[in-house]
Amino acid sequence: MAFDDRSPIYLQIADGIKNDVLSGALKEDEQVMSTNQYAAFYRINPATAAKGFAQLVDEGVLYKKRGIGMFVSPAAREKLRRERRERFFTEVVDPMLAEAKRIGIEVDEIVRHLGGAR
Amino acid sequence: MIELRDVSVRYGSTVAVEGIDLDLPTGKIYGLLGRNGSGKTSLLSALASFRRPSSGTVRVDGQDAFENPAVMRQTCFIRDTLDTNESDKVRALLRFAGWMRPNWDADYAAKLLDLFEINPRKRASSLSRGQKSAVGVVLGLAARAPLTILDETYLGMDAVARSAFYRELLGDYLAHPRTIILSTHLIEEVADLFERVIVIDHGRLLLHEETDELRGRGVTVTGPAAAVGEFVAGHTVLGEQTLGGVRAVTLDWRPDPADLARGESAGLNFGPVGIQDLFIHLTSRAQPLEATR
Repeated sequence: MAFDDRSPIYLQIADGIKNDVLSGALKEDEQVMSTNQYAAFYRINPATAAKGFAQLVDEGVLYKKRGIGMFVSPAAREKLRRERRERFFTEVVDPMLAEAKRIGIEVDEIVRHLGGAR
Repeated sequence: MIELRDVSVRYGSTVAVEGIDLDLPTGKIYGLLGRNGSGKTSLLSALASFRRPSSGTVRVDGQDAFENPAVMRQTCFIRDTLDTNESDKVRALLRFAGWMRPNWDADYAAKLLDLFEINPRKRASSLSRGQKSAVGVVLGLAARAPLTILDETYLGMDAVARSAFYRELLGDYLAHPRTIILSTHLIEEVADLFERVIVIDHGRLLLHEETDELRGRGVTVTGPAAAVGEFVAGHTVLGEQTLGGVRAVTLDWRPDPADLARGESAGLNFGPVGIQDLFIHLTSRAQPLEATR
């Protein structure tokens, strides 16, 4: 994963790990890298990495085991899927419909196109 | 904690640093950014107690720093001159450092010399600019000083050597946490290592913030001139350009999603501003940031 400097890196870290949880690359109760390992691997300041991990703990995606490390919460994948599914229509479909309207593509045409992808 | 209170450095009638207040919690990596001649080296000299400020105070963990042997032993300040005789061999420089530095790691120093492919039998006078910088990196990192200050210790180093330097800096910091201050204007390639960034311009403090807070802090708004003008009213403008009826304005502002939606429905486009661009915008202004707020 490569970071850009156009949004806070801690948010990019959190998003990257969420995507790994969603895709199943990180499994429930699986241990994630320590902040120092993460910092060394991605060449970033460890405080930035720690902030990304803290955000995920706050959101319930990760949980801490004292003295051992951080792990993926058992319910994380289901919870993330639910959140992303809710946002899918407002963030993905609605902007697409707005663009379609701007350039004169009818909804029927979109439905026909989507039918082909079924 | 390193505390600077109203620190000024003057050379005759030239003011290099003026009235800087800074509180630097220890144990972090700081980036000191500023254009050439902005006062970086003068500020670092005062911070490292190499120079007594013309006025103001520098305190390290509550102690007055200047000519304080306890503070000096804990401080390692690497300047581009390496503070050495040109006839000294690299080997001798490392030996002196070993005597001076309580935490000196000779094995690590040897490993770094090897990494940068520097022959320890070479004299300081025969080192290239890049090799001199690399020796500075060796002296700075292997000293493991609680306060390590590296003043543009990358000059003349090629991209491969700089990359090795950044990797070693981070790796050694992770293994031996300490306060490291690195001055640079190669922001883009090293910003990810900084926990905090200090920007000075014309000897004055422009900002001191968490690096991550600066990412996405600025925004560029592009669109029909009238709509842009209406949208950006009341925000700090860092730069702008116009082409025909299109105006692009860079703002020191992080719009929220509602602002973005409002702007997009008015036909405006938004673009992020990277740290390097933010730095250029902040320091290329005639007026300091505060004056525009």
